[in-house]
Amino acid sequence: MTATSDNLSMLEAPGINWRRQIRFALVGGLSSAFIALAGMPVGLDGRNIIRPILSMGYLALLWVPFVFASLAGSVVILEGMTERERDAKDLAAGALVGLGSSSGLILLMILIQNFNLRDPLVNWSPQLLNLLSFDRSIGLGMLLWLILGTTLGLLGGAMHVVPGKVRSRILAVALAVFAVSVLETFLTDLLEGFGLEVLTDFVYYKRGGLEVLGAVVVAALTLMIPLMVGSKIKDIKTRVVEMPNEERRRVNLLLLTVCAALMLVLPFFLGKITNELLANVGLFVLLALGLNIVVGLAGILDLGYVAFFAVGGYTTAVLTSPNSPGFSPELPWPVALIVVVVLTGIVGLFIGAPVIRMRGDYLAIVTLGFGEIIRLLFLSDWLSGWFGGAQGITNIPGVDVGIGTVKGTDPRSVFLLVLVFCAIAIYVSWRLEHSRLGRAWMAIREDEDVAEAMGVNTTNTKLMAFVVGAVLASFSGAIFSAKVGSIFPTSFLMLVSIIILVVVIVGGMGNIVGVIVGALVLIGVLGGPKQPGLLQEFSQFKLLIYGALLVWMMLKRPEGLVPNVRRTRELHQEEFLQDAWLKGEIDTDDHEDSP
Amino acid sequence: MSMLEIRDLSVTFGGLHALKNLNFHVDEGEIVSVIGPNGAGKTTFFNMISGMITPTTGDIVFEGESLLGLDPSQVTERGIARTFQNVRLFANMTILENVMVAQHCRTDQRVFGALFQTKSFKSEEEAIRNYGEEVLSFFGSRLVGYRLDQPASVLSYANRRRLEVARAMATRPRLLLLDEPVAGMNPRESAELTALIGRLRSEWGFTVVMIEHDMSVVRDVSDRVVVLDHGETIAQGSYDQVANDPKVIEAYLGRPVGSDVAAEEEAP
Ligand SMILES: Nc1ncnc2c1ncn2[C@@H]1O[C@H](COP(=O)(O)OP(=O)(O)OP(=O)(O)O)[C@@H](O)[C@H]1O
Ligand SMILES: [Mg+2]
Repeated sequence: MTATSDNLSMLEAPGINWRRQIRFALVGGLSSAFIALAGMPVGLDGRNIIRPILSMGYLALLWVPFVFASLAGSVVILEGMTERERDAKDLAAGALVGLGSSSGLILLMILIQNFNLRDPLVNWSPQLLNLLSFDRSIGLGMLLWLILGTTLGLLGGAMHVVPGKVRSRILAVALAVFAVSVLETFLTDLLEGFGLEVLTDFVYYKRGGLEVLGAVVVAALTLMIPLMVGSKIKDIKTRVVEMPNEERRRVNLLLLTVCAALMLVLPFFLGKITNELLANVGLFVLLALGLNIVVGLAGILDLGYVAFFAVGGYTTAVLTSPNSPGFSPELPWPVALIVVVVLTGIVGLFIGAPVIRMRGDYLAIVTLGFGEIIRLLFLSDWLSGWFGGAQGITNIPGVDVGIGTVKGTDPRSVFLLVLVFCAIAIYVSWRLEHSRLGRAWMAIREDEDVAEAMGVNTTNTKLMAFVVGAVLASFSGAIFSAKVGSIFPTSFLMLVSIIILVVVIVGGMGNIVGVIVGALVLIGVLGGPKQPGLLQEFSQFKLLIYGALLVWMMLKRPEGLVPNVRRTRELHQEEFLQDAWLKGEIDTDDHEDSP
Repeated sequence: MSMLEIRDLSVTFGGLHALKNLNFHVDEGEIVSVIGPNGAGKTTFFNMISGMITPTTGDIVFEGESLLGLDPSQVTERGIARTFQNVRLFANMTILENVMVAQHCRTDQRVFGALFQTKSFKSEEEAIRNYGEEVLSFFGSRLVGYRLDQPASVLSYANRRRLEVARAMATRPRLLLLDEPVAGMNPRESAELTALIGRLRSEWGFTVVMIEHDMSVVRDVSDRVVVLDHGETIAQGSYDQVANDPKVIEAYLGRPVGSDVAAEEEAP
């Protein structure tokens, strides 16, 4: 027994798989050329990451050799295997992959110079060639790419050679510099609110990006902070984990209150742009929380979720705006909200009733159809006497809350209002998940037939998911209406449904924190369907990046950024965790069987 | 009057007669085994009682009321619970949640109670949890303690089978339908579960209908055995009567039904 296990642990992971390296080199080359032709380098060149060394445009190309080389070098270590000693060969493999990646660009440069394919490929342009040759001669450009690609590939390969600690430090520094640079608008805004402009003026270049010195400071801080407080944080963590349940709950509650309080004061320290941005994120958090109940908890793949957002928005507009073409009661927003919630709930019932009899693909397609039908109804001439058709409804008043009015021109107030509703939505999601209804939803997600056989009335339960999801979306619609002040059918394209779904999937299905993180990352950084994010330069590549992110997530992290423990197990098909007690039992049974 | 009575029941799938003119009854407090070769229609028989399949003709009467046309959840609410031959747990829900959700039709708190954490909501949750733990502790220490909050997917095979039974028990049934409860268990585990099946009647008051291939289990617990073949009842009666019935022996391809048993008895 022991002999075999010793033998197993002697097994070394296989050596470098050169075929894999070559494959990665080729894919790297193709990716580089694709990114270049998608227009990212030229489109993003205006945005500095570190001035004057690195712009976002170049970064869009430079990450390829590095990341591909390190990916090509990673191997899965199966249990019982020891990792092979890494050596110079790994560096060579990395360099090869890097070389392959940059060869793609070099080939592209030659092609651009000699042929004109501008017609199908819009970005097949002299600007691209210029950028690729670093504004110098083409020959020099090629040489530079050769060197850069190989060096970065070498560094990527070196990531496996250096000890793990060094590797994580390097990655942390790279990420920190990138994040600080990307979050510039937000950070300047925030620090300005605290009167600390000095700091940001020092670190940032006036027209976007870090100064070199700034980058150095950020890097140094990233290296130093963990050294200084790392052990303390670990201490606190272990202390909290070791606490008895009752006390831990109190600590969690305290943390939660502090966070909530911080969130409430935060808007007062932020500038207009950031408040606006966060308000948009909040609207999507609301939508995503609602969809999370439908998709993440009850497992109903609803691709027409935007319908409820639209109904919420339009109902608010009709009820509050003096310009509403048909019926115009000009109710105050809070009163209108009650009607909106009830009405959207009813619409949820009506759409849900036929839809939930279907399953899987059929259901997804039918919901997609309903989403479009609702939008087309708002757009139609037939109902334009009520909803204004393509002209929409304008002049929607803000929300009068006594001490002031919440309206689009004052993003801070909108953000505060959104925060309140997000808090409500989070509370609702949390309470419902841990209730009889939530358990029934999960059972239906796991196995609908069995849920039904265990006494769950699946029809009613699924309808409830639809209705609760619809109501949360209607909150978002109502705030959206008051914030923008006017409402048109074009705000409710199918794309919105898809983006909300992507937020839920990327964040982590069935997980409240995940959904919020997903919205922050996707809507906050990249931007929503129409709303700009922190990286406004990215807006034309938004869908491309969404798509790439989704594909990558499905392959590598299907459970989302913040995984739900249960879903993780489901998706990774973990082997059964047999504890010692069980093993013992199985062993004795084996003996009985085999005398 | 019988607790469950099935009259002239037939089911066809396309041209296949899965069940033909079946007559069957269970009296309160009985433990009845349904046996028969593979594909005889035993699982179909359960699917029909539990409302997952509608019979082509015939009637199912439970405690004086017809079950025809009811949804599976309504059948469960009337007091019939079942387990599945190919274990179908809610794999990503915790063990406790599996038995909690099974009490769905015995409880009635809705959105309002959950959002406002009303007194009745809290006491109901408490009751659901307590009853869940009580049901789980029927299987000794295997499904309780630290296991309560683990997802069902981490359980060993035998424990999954146990949890299937526990989940069915949690619906507070009067009649329990067990579809091959010991399939895939080793002899010791299956002997243990056999004992538990007896206790299901004596301690919990359940009436049990069980499909089983393991003849030693059938012999040990059943009051009555019903043999199905090609969708028809070919024999019924006590274990000994059935085991010696030439029709039954023939149905099992000429192999004496008792041969399993004989093998079992020789082993120790
Ligand atoms: N939904 C269905 N559609 C079509 N045919 C079915 C369906 N369910 C079962 N059958 C068929 O009906 C017959 C009886 O199947 P059933 O599952 O009831 O057998 P069983 O007695 O439980 O067998 P086993 O001992 O293998 O579990 C089989 O021939 C099966 O293929
Ligand atoms: Mg069967």
